[in-house]
Amino acid sequence: MKTDSSNLVSKPRVVGKPSGVGKPSGVVSQETVLISAKNLTKTYRTGKVEVPVLKGVDFVAEQNRLTAIIGQSGSGKSTLLHLLGTLDQPDSGEVYFDGRRIDNLARRHRDQFRNQTLGMIFQFYHLLPELSALENVLTPSLIGHGILQYYSVRKKLRSRAAELLDWVGLGHRIHHRPNELSGGEMQRTAIARALMNEPRILLADEPTGNLDPETGHGILELLKKLNQQQQMTIIMVTHDETIARSADCCVRLQSGRVQQVHQYAA
Amino acid sequence: MYRWLLCWRYLRTRWIALASVVSVTLGVATLVIVNSVMDGFSAEMQQKMHGILSDIIIEGHSAGGIPNPEWYESEIRQALGDEVVGVTTVVHVPAMGSFQFRGQTITRQINIIGIDTETYAEVSDFRRFLLHPENQRLLSFQLHETGYGEGRDDFPESGWGHRRRWAVIQKAIEQERQLREAYEAKLRQSNSPGLPSLRSDVAALANAPPSIGAQATAGPSIGAPVGNNQLFDAEKEQHAGIVLGIGICSVRGTKPDGTLTDYFYVRPGDDIQVGLLSASSPPRILSEKFTIVDLYESKMSEYDSTFAFVPIEKLQQMRGMIDPSTGLKSVSSIQIKLRENADLDAARDILQSKFPSDMMIQVSTWKDLQGPLLAAVKMETTILNILLFLIIAVAGFGILATFFMIVVEKTRDIGVLKSLGAPSSGVASIFLGYGLLLGAVGSGVGTIGGLLFVNYINEIADLLEVITGGEVFDPKIYYFERIPTIVDPMSIVMVMLGAILIAVMASVLPALRAARLRPVESLRYE
Repeated sequence: MKTDSSNLVSKPRVVGKPSGVGKPSGVVSQETVLISAKNLTKTYRTGKVEVPVLKGVDFVAEQNRLTAIIGQSGSGKSTLLHLLGTLDQPDSGEVYFDGRRIDNLARRHRDQFRNQTLGMIFQFYHLLPELSALENVLTPSLIGHGILQYYSVRKKLRSRAAELLDWVGLGHRIHHRPNELSGGEMQRTAIARALMNEPRILLADEPTGNLDPETGHGILELLKKLNQQQQMTIIMVTHDETIARSADCCVRLQSGRVQQVHQYAA
Repeated sequence: MYRWLLCWRYLRTRWIALASVVSVTLGVATLVIVNSVMDGFSAEMQQKMHGILSDIIIEGHSAGGIPNPEWYESEIRQALGDEVVGVTTVVHVPAMGSFQFRGQTITRQINIIGIDTETYAEVSDFRRFLLHPENQRLLSFQLHETGYGEGRDDFPESGWGHRRRWAVIQKAIEQERQLREAYEAKLRQSNSPGLPSLRSDVAALANAPPSIGAQATAGPSIGAPVGNNQLFDAEKEQHAGIVLGIGICSVRGTKPDGTLTDYFYVRPGDDIQVGLLSASSPPRILSEKFTIVDLYESKMSEYDSTFAFVPIEKLQQMRGMIDPSTGLKSVSSIQIKLRENADLDAARDILQSKFPSDMMIQVSTWKDLQGPLLAAVKMETTILNILLFLIIAVAGFGILATFFMIVVEKTRDIGVLKSLGAPSSGVASIFLGYGLLLGAVGSGVGTIGGLLFVNYINEIADLLEVITGGEVFDPKIYYFERIPTIVDPMSIVMVMLGAILIAVMASVLPALRAARLRPVESLRYE
């Protein structure tokens, strides 16, 4: 794995040493908060039955840290991640990113936010089956650029996508379709895709949930490396205690409420 | 950018969607074929009609016709100037034509048209439909020795040779008749009392029974009295010439081996009795014999089965259309040929204002005269176009259904794209673009297929005849031997655009559905 691409993942920006590390639980410095949620509620309706998923959740994730959200199935952890990622809108409550409220932005701005600032990784990888690994990695930049815009910078973008694939360890498989890749390879491709537009935060929804322990460990190592080497802020949903323990901070959800916030020493 | 990439990939990887545009392809191909054939059909028909009719026709409605056509002609030339290429006068009158065939009389309703050979050729192409090559150059109304129907295998021997043989037989029949009459007269005399001395004469006649063969070989020297002209010799003379439409004197049938053939009742060299109305008031029925000098085949069955051309002077003289005191002649219609691409309607309007209808004169273009037929063809084309576009619209619903399925199948991908920041409009445009591409592919293939079909349509018709054993394109019914086609690029472009538009419209609903999908719902995998 190449490590020569120290500025590969994110744009050079002023990154301070995370100051919240080691502080007692519940006490978070406001300057280092990258994304936060206040009193989020979300109820899904299936027919006439109302299913409350989130019942007033407060959440804070600090810059440059790996935050895990842990909980059982149905605890609302994926919903929380979706609300943080503006994929869905809360019934009430607010989501802030870098001090700006994002949950009530116009649709166009939310699309832009997801494209430019956010990287997303899913349990089932969600690669587009018609596209090769390289094209899948390119997709966010294809979405972000118009056709002419893209053609003016396509060489740069393609080489960046190839470098990213190389960095996640797939330099030799860039022209393969998803159905020719293994689960671990697909998830690595998905990580490369999430990093394509140099996001400031990575949201991972059970990234190892569909992989065997060994492969899952490799993915986890990759995310950790990203967090440590590139100071990438990562929020990861999981139901695996051991994975959660390896994070900087762990938020435990149960039945739509935050049960416990645990800060581990860095 | 991603939209086009995905459209293109979907097009290349989803064969089921291509299957849904097969009906678009077929519809477009059918439209191309139908339009080409209909265009070819009507162009061919117009060309044929126009070949016989001149550009503008001035018809007089009174039985006596238009008097003093020379005055009209100078007026027309003055009014239209250089536009006029030729002017001719024509007398036409409905008539009965009857001829003998195997001892039976066949009567046909015909239109006798008196033409001036030279000027009529200037306004009408009718000469190229004549059978004798010399008549195609200059119609003389004189019977030729031979040479009729060159290149036609089954055309019977015609001309003077045929006429001489025919005349001999006619004479023999006439002699037989005379002898028989004389014999019967003598019999009556011998039976009557007071004339017994004739008995021996009768016996003498009975000893020399008349024989057609003997009389026929006896030579043509005996003049056969025909009509009121006692000196007419059918072997050497002809009546006034007449050119008959081929349909008047023949029937088309199929030989035992299946090939088409014409059976001729009469042919050039034979005589035809024509009965027509005089121009006088009240009209009288005139009857006169004409000699068929040529046949006329335009392949327009309407013309071929009714038109008969005779010299105009003959007809004017017969019908009493020449003023005995002044010598001025009258005609039924004046036909005008204008230079190519002249505005017929404008010319017609000028002449209409010059010769108002209260002069019992009607000015029309050839298209006006054939209006109903042309309109019928046009209407058929329009209705066929509407019907075929309905077929493509049905195909549109096929695309709609297929696209809905693809949207359902692609729900997750749509969610992914949205989670990566693709706007709803972008997702919608993937499917609209997909519809556009499918429509373009479908109609493109359809157009190419249709054009190929049109190009080889006659070969395909022949092949179908071989396979099915039935006649696909029966030249007996149609005006042409081969299926005529004309490819109009404009109409093909319109058809293609229409088909693509239908495909795009069919993809609107699925595209909207895709755009409305909420990313969270499409990504949920529990």
